[in-house]
Amino acid sequence: MIKKILDKTLLPLFAFLLALFVGGLVIGFTDNKVLAKISSPIEFLKILGSTVGNAYLALFQGAIYDPNLAEGKSFMAGFYPLSETMVATAPLILCGLSVALAFKSGLFNIGAQGQFIFGAVGASYIGFKYEMPMVMHIMVATLAGLILAALWGGIVGLLKAKTGAHEVIVTIMLNYIAAKFLLFLLSTQYFLRPGRLDPIAPSVKETAKLPSLFGVDYRVNIGIFIALAAAVFIWWLLNRSIIGFRFRAVGANSSAARTAGISVSAAMIATMAISGALAGMGGAIHTLGNQYELTDTVAATFGFDAITVALLGRGTPLGVVLASFLFAGLRVGGQTMQANVGVPVEIVLVIQALVVLFIAAPDLVKRIFKLRNLQEASAMASKGWNG
Amino acid sequence: MSLELRGITKQFGSLVANDDINFKVEAGEIHAILGENGAGKSTLMNIVYGLLAPDKGQILVDGQEIKIKSPLDALAAGIGMVHQHFMLIPVFTVAENIVLGHEKTNRAGLLDLATAREEIIRVSKEFNFEVDPDALIEDLPVGIQQRVEIIRALIYNSKILILDEPTAVLTPQETDELLANMKKLRDSGRSIVFITHKLREVKAVADRISIIRRGKVVGTVQPSASQEEMASLMVGRPVDLTVNKADGKPGKTILEMVDLNVLDTTGRALASKINLTVSAGEVVAVAGVQGNGQSELAEAIVGLREHLTGSIKLSGNELIGRSVDECLKAGIAYVPESRELDGLISSFSITENLILDTHGEAPYSKGIFYKPAMAHQVALERIKEFDIRAQSANDPASSLSGGNKQKVVLARELSRPVELVVVCQPTRGLDVGSIEFVHQRLISERDSGRAVLLFSTELDEVFALADRIAIMYRGEIIAIVPATASREEVGLYMAGIRTATAKGGAA
Repeated sequence: MIKKILDKTLLPLFAFLLALFVGGLVIGFTDNKVLAKISSPIEFLKILGSTVGNAYLALFQGAIYDPNLAEGKSFMAGFYPLSETMVATAPLILCGLSVALAFKSGLFNIGAQGQFIFGAVGASYIGFKYEMPMVMHIMVATLAGLILAALWGGIVGLLKAKTGAHEVIVTIMLNYIAAKFLLFLLSTQYFLRPGRLDPIAPSVKETAKLPSLFGVDYRVNIGIFIALAAAVFIWWLLNRSIIGFRFRAVGANSSAARTAGISVSAAMIATMAISGALAGMGGAIHTLGNQYELTDTVAATFGFDAITVALLGRGTPLGVVLASFLFAGLRVGGQTMQANVGVPVEIVLVIQALVVLFIAAPDLVKRIFKLRNLQEASAMASKGWNG
Repeated sequence: MSLELRGITKQFGSLVANDDINFKVEAGEIHAILGENGAGKSTLMNIVYGLLAPDKGQILVDGQEIKIKSPLDALAAGIGMVHQHFMLIPVFTVAENIVLGHEKTNRAGLLDLATAREEIIRVSKEFNFEVDPDALIEDLPVGIQQRVEIIRALIYNSKILILDEPTAVLTPQETDELLANMKKLRDSGRSIVFITHKLREVKAVADRISIIRRGKVVGTVQPSASQEEMASLMVGRPVDLTVNKADGKPGKTILEMVDLNVLDTTGRALASKINLTVSAGEVVAVAGVQGNGQSELAEAIVGLREHLTGSIKLSGNELIGRSVDECLKAGIAYVPESRELDGLISSFSITENLILDTHGEAPYSKGIFYKPAMAHQVALERIKEFDIRAQSANDPASSLSGGNKQKVVLARELSRPVELVVVCQPTRGLDVGSIEFVHQRLISERDSGRAVLLFSTELDEVFALADRIAIMYRGEIIAIVPATASREEVGLYMAGIRTATAKGGAA
């Protein structure tokens, strides 16, 4: 039990703290002002401390709450950064769930990026092309994106189930195809905004835009609730539905699942279709929630960050939600860090990479935080005794 | 050399794995350590081999106390170990595996395999092992791989050999060869510690037998002791090794296979011209040496094989062309050969494993809604009925011992409404107590009117349970004999020798 709690919660937390620490050293030792004082230890530590402290303060202010923004306005105005973080969190949750669900079924979905693109394409087209009443327009547009992406993901499952093609290769290739297909679409008369030559589609109609939660000053919209609802749904699917039971069985031991009469091919196809739909929903709410117009870079790196997020979140819906929030916060806050204290935004990538690295090397974290003895004792008790 | 252990004690948390163990093997002696799974045998040997440190106690070699802190110390003291799971690299040759960790180079600085090769050939000749030093490990049968492990120990001059459950992975023939080789090694003056839970083997080779139960040595007996006596010491209560059963009362035909061929993807026959029926209230055993098409035939019956010709009828309904799920639902209970691989999902809880093939039915689900609370409740009943020793129904299946894992599979399969029970190697790797349970249960299934089709490579098991015996050889059923046939006759059929006395055979 101790081991379980330790692995599930403390480990990611310690990994994050450790990443912040090492990241801090990187910030300090790449700063000329800091390096200039390297000959006098006390001065050096002082300036190192203040530089790193300021950088992380800026990161926090850029991601959660900035009192400077609240000055002269309401207290709430300081939460503008949190709103931005939420906007970035929502699609990441959906893409992360896409990867995490596939993990549970024993599939490695690298294709969230391509599925995201198809979700964005479908939502955008319905969004700018048709006139519909408000709620219906959002629903139809989202659904269109979701279906396209489910088909795109389903192809992977079908290929794997029928021909044994490895899903990693297939999804990577389908990502390229999706990206280039998007570029092609944006060059056709169906998608290209009239009067433009660069790849951009018309803006979606007002009726298709996701309603914002706190008025026009904040970009945060109902997309975050859609994402959270999806997380709850995936938890339910995996733990309280027979479909999820089959997914997990196939993921844990496909041979035993098959022997018990579970159709492994059906589970694979269904998993990839649902995974695709999740990533596609990410693309849809990203388009309808804050981008409004489809461009060739609409997917940014959501689909790839999703893999990291799913790993960091240990494949569970709650974990994915928390990890997405963390990653989105780092991304959004990183911009402010660069603007306010001149620490390059790339440092955030270093911290992200370090978090993942430490998660991937649990023994290292345990050793550093002296969690090792506890771990070993429990491992011994569970192993050695098989007479 | 002799090896003596004095007062070895080892504790894991609150669990006393070894409790004041005293044990001695003399030079030129095979001393068996007999005990059920979990009795503490492997812990003891891991202490001797330096993989675990004892809390208390002494290890003496030739009367001198020695400290063993690592396997290297053990090797230096002349103690060699052959593990249950071989420590060999499959893509390396025999010679490469043997020099591994002790690599020597020649003058040019290259790996000196020539010396190793000569050594292997020398040892091979001495004991008639017939091992080619240049063969790749992955190309060798399991029995030969084991000889490589033994050769390795011999080359490093081990005078005391520890064999940890060496027969668990071997076929009956390979087992016989190993037992013969053990005798040769003993006669060459080496001491052998033979760890096992198989009574027959112990009686065949051991000079003395120490029995361990719950971490304690509960007795040392001579091989002349009866199997019942040893089994009782192992289990801690009287054990009845003969299965009590009345004659079967065969009823109507349940399973009927007519001219069944099981093909692989290239069209090659894995099992061919199978004609066999199993009636209600009857146990039909399919005997044969491992790998003669039995596994494929069993898989074909439950729909796990795709390329089939002929007919498989269950109570008159054709099964060929149906999915696994449909075959199981048609009324077949299936206990696969490999519990770990096909029977259970180790990371799933015991509850989830108990409903693996019925999860989509009431009361565990309604529509697509899965109801874990109902599953849990039913699981508790099954755990009680089948005496599954588990701390909690929520524990993963991987936490169970082999016998309890098999009980989970049996509980799941036999609790469904079925007419036919197909069991494959149902007691492989199980301890005495569990074997007794499984056998009694299969007979009670028969007596309740179910048809039982047993696939087994263990002749003891076949004769203990069967009403009729079908013998498979190279994919064909070459004879079907009554249970009153002699062991010798069945043994000859298993070796592929067709005799004129075949009764009712399909040949």
